[in-house]
Amino acid sequence: MAVSRALEPPKETMGPGEWMRKNLLSPWYNALLTVIGLWFLYEVGRGLAVWALTRARWEVVTDNLRLFLVGQFPPDQVWRIWLGLLIPSFLFGLSGGLWSGAMRQFAGALGTAFLLLAAMPASWSTRGWLLGNMAATVLGYGLGRWGYRRPWGNRLLQRIALSGWILSFPILILFLYGFQGNPSFPRVETSLWGGLLLTFLLSLVSIVLSFPLGVLLALGRRSGLPALRLFSILYIELIRGVPLVTVLFMADIMLPLFLPEGLRIDRVVRAMAGFTLFSAAYIAENVRGGLQAIPEGQIEAARALGLNGFQTTLLIVLPQALRMVIPANVGQFISLFKDTSLVAIMGLLELLGIGKAVLANPAYMGLQQEVYLFVALIYGVFSYAMSYASRRLEKTLGVGER
Amino acid sequence: MGPRSSVPFWRNERVLQIAAQALFVLAVALVAGFLYSNLVHALHRKGLSSGFGFLSLEAGFRIGETPIPYDPGDSYARAFLVGVLNTLRVTAVGIVLATVLGLIAGVARLSPNWLIRQIAAAYVELIRNTPLLVQLVFWYYAVIFKMPRIQESVSFGRLVLISQRGVALPRVHLTSVTYPWLGVLGLATLLAWAVWRVRRQYQESTGRAGYAWLAAIGVWVFSAAIGWGILGPPLRWAEPKVVGLAYEAGAVLTPEFTALLVGLVVYTGAFIAEVVRGGILSVRKGQIEAARALGLREGQILRLIILPQALRVIIPPLTSQYLNLAKNSSLAIAVGFPDLFSIGKTIFNQTGQPVPAVALVMSSYLAMSLFTSLLMNLYNRRVRFLEK
Repeated sequence: MAVSRALEPPKETMGPGEWMRKNLLSPWYNALLTVIGLWFLYEVGRGLAVWALTRARWEVVTDNLRLFLVGQFPPDQVWRIWLGLLIPSFLFGLSGGLWSGAMRQFAGALGTAFLLLAAMPASWSTRGWLLGNMAATVLGYGLGRWGYRRPWGNRLLQRIALSGWILSFPILILFLYGFQGNPSFPRVETSLWGGLLLTFLLSLVSIVLSFPLGVLLALGRRSGLPALRLFSILYIELIRGVPLVTVLFMADIMLPLFLPEGLRIDRVVRAMAGFTLFSAAYIAENVRGGLQAIPEGQIEAARALGLNGFQTTLLIVLPQALRMVIPANVGQFISLFKDTSLVAIMGLLELLGIGKAVLANPAYMGLQQEVYLFVALIYGVFSYAMSYASRRLEKTLGVGER
Repeated sequence: MGPRSSVPFWRNERVLQIAAQALFVLAVALVAGFLYSNLVHALHRKGLSSGFGFLSLEAGFRIGETPIPYDPGDSYARAFLVGVLNTLRVTAVGIVLATVLGLIAGVARLSPNWLIRQIAAAYVELIRNTPLLVQLVFWYYAVIFKMPRIQESVSFGRLVLISQRGVALPRVHLTSVTYPWLGVLGLATLLAWAVWRVRRQYQESTGRAGYAWLAAIGVWVFSAAIGWGILGPPLRWAEPKVVGLAYEAGAVLTPEFTALLVGLVVYTGAFIAEVVRGGILSVRKGQIEAARALGLREGQILRLIILPQALRVIIPPLTSQYLNLAKNSSLAIAVGFPDLFSIGKTIFNQTGQPVPAVALVMSSYLAMSLFTSLLMNLYNRRVRFLEK
């Protein structure tokens, strides 16, 4: 019996001429739009290029690069930041070797970025540190790849990497904060932390702390206990109804009043508290969306298996719900990262605050365009990297496909 | 024996639930009480009260921009009202403009034209990946401050002047024939409606194109033009002029207001563009193909098939974008625009009263948020109801 086979559809091929006609030139108003678009791009591009290459005084950025990166961190202690940075660099490489997909690309991008930065004009010690970090990434990657092929090594190294990530955080903070009276690791007060370093610390701490709080609030809002539910709803709606600046303002002026006499917390910690309290409400709403999407049958099945309420939530509901809301939560983390710029209003010297402080220097008067564009560029690069990583992560985990 | 008596009370779910809640309430009350006693203690130590009595005292500070008459001799309450009105002003204008911009950018992202699509995507990505605060200070310090001085204002057809002192628009005056002319417009509308109905009936009874809209608009424009010819110009506008170091005879937007408005509109517009794009993409392709098969024209497909279905998807996220815009207007303090938060902070700095200042500011924003979401929920319900 002859097997009848359907003919494959003819392949669509489009020459460049046809592509242009289809996408740019027809009908007539599209051609007009194309011309207008080209003219707009030409004008903007030419204006920007001429300004950036001839008129802009980029020395305001290059002269103050250290300020932009670490603020007023004592220059003779900056080596601590570099040394601390070796840990995440290594861990990024290791994770890239162990987990494929987005992580691998990320590790590759990081190593390349270190190499490219080392090629920039900088002092030899900076270049050395950059190359050292690149070496750490490569080393971690090599180790990860080596372990990847061995089943026991893979499992072991993955555990090491995970605990490394968890431990790296307090270690890094200790590295930066130092110890009172220790000559080789003197205390560096948080008021001296600044620039990109402070931006990173603020966002990291707030993200790490607000996530569990948000999950708890979401569970509270879905709980069967009216008292808990009411409390969670009130908290979430109150926070979501007011702007972040007012929450920061409250954290700044009210928090010290709420604490017992004699207990003082510094401004950086107050800002972190404000961000955490604010972000938790938004995380809670995201997580609630995930919780609501879990089919009732899952919970009934868990009950039938004899799990109690606590186990059901922890082992059945939360793992599924949290995976579902990864995109939304990463979006929230990105906006938290961008929102850390608001501490400039409180007078802290994170990236934007340092920019303002640099502009206050008479030597760099009137260079707002250069400074703010540079600040925006840094924020843009990191936000874009995060949203890219999130999209890759969604694909790897199959969010929305299961 | 009933199940009630067989379960000991420590395994009884009802008892456990009540106990857990009582424990939770107790814990919250304890923490709140601890914080409250600390607060009272701290306020007492600093000699502060927590009442609102100071609101009737003289404010004593200047405000750069006042929609209602205000001078430093007025009370704190009035100063705060000025801030509230300023916030409402920038929010209202911002919402309208951001919607227009977002609609254009969202549709442009779906344009069949590749170049337009790319430009719109670049706009959305650039804006969404940088902080609003950086954009605001950029608009204020790096764009508006770098504009020419007021004597060298850039002029657009002599109607709009732009300089580092802000934007001057023409002020529109009514003339003696404005109201008669409005009457003419009313008549024209009536006539156009009649023509529309006649042509529409013609189309429905014969099945041939009646061009109802075209005819109606033609009749309306023609009647309005005749009215203009007979009565003379119904509106007069005064061109803005530079006198000394200020604008005269025009509506002036201050640099602070302009920076805040442009920043909020450009930022929110990018987010609204994504909302609009998502809404349009949510309409299934089959719907559009079916409409085409029924013989609807592209304009009709957009108006009758795509928009009603897309709106349902668009409205809830659009509401939250409007609320975001209102809340984000509190960043006005970075460009020195005297909005509600900025004036609240000034009041705090002057009086040193943290509790009432924070309470005032927060409850105002909360009221605004709740009110807006109430309105949008009502509208949302209407759209849903009509479409089902």
